[in-house]
Amino acid sequence: MKHRFDAGDRVVVLELNKAGHIRTPYYVRNHFGTILQRCGSYLNPERLAVGDVAGPVVPLYRVAFQFGELWKDYSGNPDDVLCIEIYEHWLRAANDPTAAQTN
Amino acid sequence: MPDHNHDADDHHHDHHEPLVVEDEAGNIEGQILVDALQNLLVRQNLIAPGEVRREIERIESPGVHLGAKIVARAWTDQDYKMRLLADGKSAAAELGIAVGEAQLIVVENTADTHNLVCCTLCSCYPRSILGQPPAWYISKAYRARAVREPRAVLEEFGLHIPNHVKLRVHDSNADMRYLVLPVKPTGSENLSEAELTGLVTRDCMIGTSEAAMPQA
Repeated sequence: MKHRFDAGDRVVVLELNKAGHIRTPYYVRNHFGTILQRCGSYLNPERLAVGDVAGPVVPLYRVAFQFGELWKDYSGNPDDVLCIEIYEHWLRAANDPTAAQTN
Repeated sequence: MPDHNHDADDHHHDHHEPLVVEDEAGNIEGQILVDALQNLLVRQNLIAPGEVRREIERIESPGVHLGAKIVARAWTDQDYKMRLLADGKSAAAELGIAVGEAQLIVVENTADTHNLVCCTLCSCYPRSILGQPPAWYISKAYRARAVREPRAVLEEFGLHIPNHVKLRVHDSNADMRYLVLPVKPTGSENLSEAELTGLVTRDCMIGTSEAAMPQA
């Protein structure tokens, strides 16, 4: 499966409003971050949770968020970052205004 | 994290999350269910007797000593350290340590960067090289606060990170697992690799502590 993003890309985490088993925590949704690296592609945990092991695999990325971006009252070094893994269908390019994808 | 004050009102305790408490016969409700399910699976020949015990033993056999071996090697061999930072799983395999998780990402502490690992969603932890996580790591308090006020959390662990040092908090929420490579302590220059493993603690590989020479 072709990766849409690469290290250095600015992205935003979508709010997909999906029910069920989700590995994208609320605290990063609708926030802007930077891709750190590609992690490879893995079976979608949202599908694995309901017994679907058939695939397809989904690209996974490590994304860095500045703490000041996540929390308005953050007081620490402005370069402090939160690094987390986000599956590709939860991301869109920061400069891409098209509507959220559903997957 | 201090307990709230019970003196103020005569409020009821129903809204508190119940602690796991054994009844007078020593039974824990969740354990009763697990035992019943296990007995049924054995009776149906779906699992063998002792299979659960062996699996628990297998899961619990890795320990801090494996992570310490990796760190000590990285401290003494710069080329190994580069390979470790590029591909943790393969570098661990070089030392005969099998990483069961999808990938091991090793994050290096330096003079201007400190790393901290957590899992906000559950308890993801590099179990195949560190064994089981400590109780505080899987507590709701740590899971919520490590990504909200990490510097305050580290102060409570007795670790002060100066403000000029950048903090990187890793929420291991998916397929990667993380190991912190702590800074090699000053004063350890004459120690052998084997002696260095004795300086590597579990907490310094999670990020809530730093490796240090033993107190004289």
